[in-house]
Amino acid sequence: MTRPDPAFEAPWHAQVFALTVHLNETGLFDWSDWASAFGATLKQHGLARELNGGEDYFTAWLATLEQVLSEREIASPAQTAVIKNAWEQAYLSTPHGAPVVLKTAS
Amino acid sequence: MPHDHHDHDHPHALLPPDPALRVKALETILTDKGLIDPAALDEIIDTYQNKIGPQNGAKVVAKMWSDPEFRAAMLSDPMPLLEEMGFYGRQGEHMVIVENTDDVHNVVVCTLCSCYPWPLLGIPPGWYKSDAYRSRVVREPRKVLQEFGVNIPEETSVRVWDSTAEIRYLVVPKRPAGTEGLDEAALEALVTRDSMVGTGLALEPAQ
Repeated sequence: MTRPDPAFEAPWHAQVFALTVHLNETGLFDWSDWASAFGATLKQHGLARELNGGEDYFTAWLATLEQVLSEREIASPAQTAVIKNAWEQAYLSTPHGAPVVLKTAS
Repeated sequence: MPHDHHDHDHPHALLPPDPALRVKALETILTDKGLIDPAALDEIIDTYQNKIGPQNGAKVVAKMWSDPEFRAAMLSDPMPLLEEMGFYGRQGEHMVIVENTDDVHNVVVCTLCSCYPWPLLGIPPGWYKSDAYRSRVVREPRKVLQEFGVNIPEETSVRVWDSTAEIRYLVVPKRPAGTEGLDEAALEALVTRDSMVGTGLALEPAQ
């Protein structure tokens, strides 16, 4: 038998998937609420071009999670951008091969 | 692993793509707020990357082909049996089993997003999540099936099932001819992922 396709094409696809499943299980949102929010994002993203179900699918998934967390006042877009930039800086200032650690902003 | 043609050194750690950094940012915020357990995330990834996949659904189908009592029970009330087999959980809490016959060929879609029976089939393939499949299989199922190489005879009707966040479907493909002597393990090998979504048929024994 041929080897099946990997479940996730990129590590971040797996990460954002797991994050969402975990938050659903901790009770942050119902799966049906998630599905309708995600369906709405897919619809919106699909207006400009036809989605192929690969990278663009998880791009829509991530956008939905950001929106849900923003609506619930858990992570605002501004706050997420700050932490994202901090991670970017951490990668750029860490020597290749060394573990990348986020310097805690205080 | 050797990098024979790696002709530029990275002075700093390789920067992940933008969305990966956005995911890391969310993880950091959620961890700081005590809303997530990183070990649980690893467990979820490991489960879907390594443990759950169409082999689970194939076990169910092979058993239905082999055991008439099990088949009847699965068609009327599958959940107790699926729980017993350990194929229960996230996105598989309310399964409906639909059986292909000479009269009807079943095919599954999720027009809203990508609802799929994870405990039985794992994570859906790219085509299942694509706009093309999600919109077209409802409008012109026979044509879409043809593109998958599946030609459904005129006298067989095609039924499309639209999954929801609550209800998920598993298609039981027709048992191929010439498989009378095969045991369940041999039958499982004939049951492909696509055949359990309805976009494929079970393999012939020598295929």
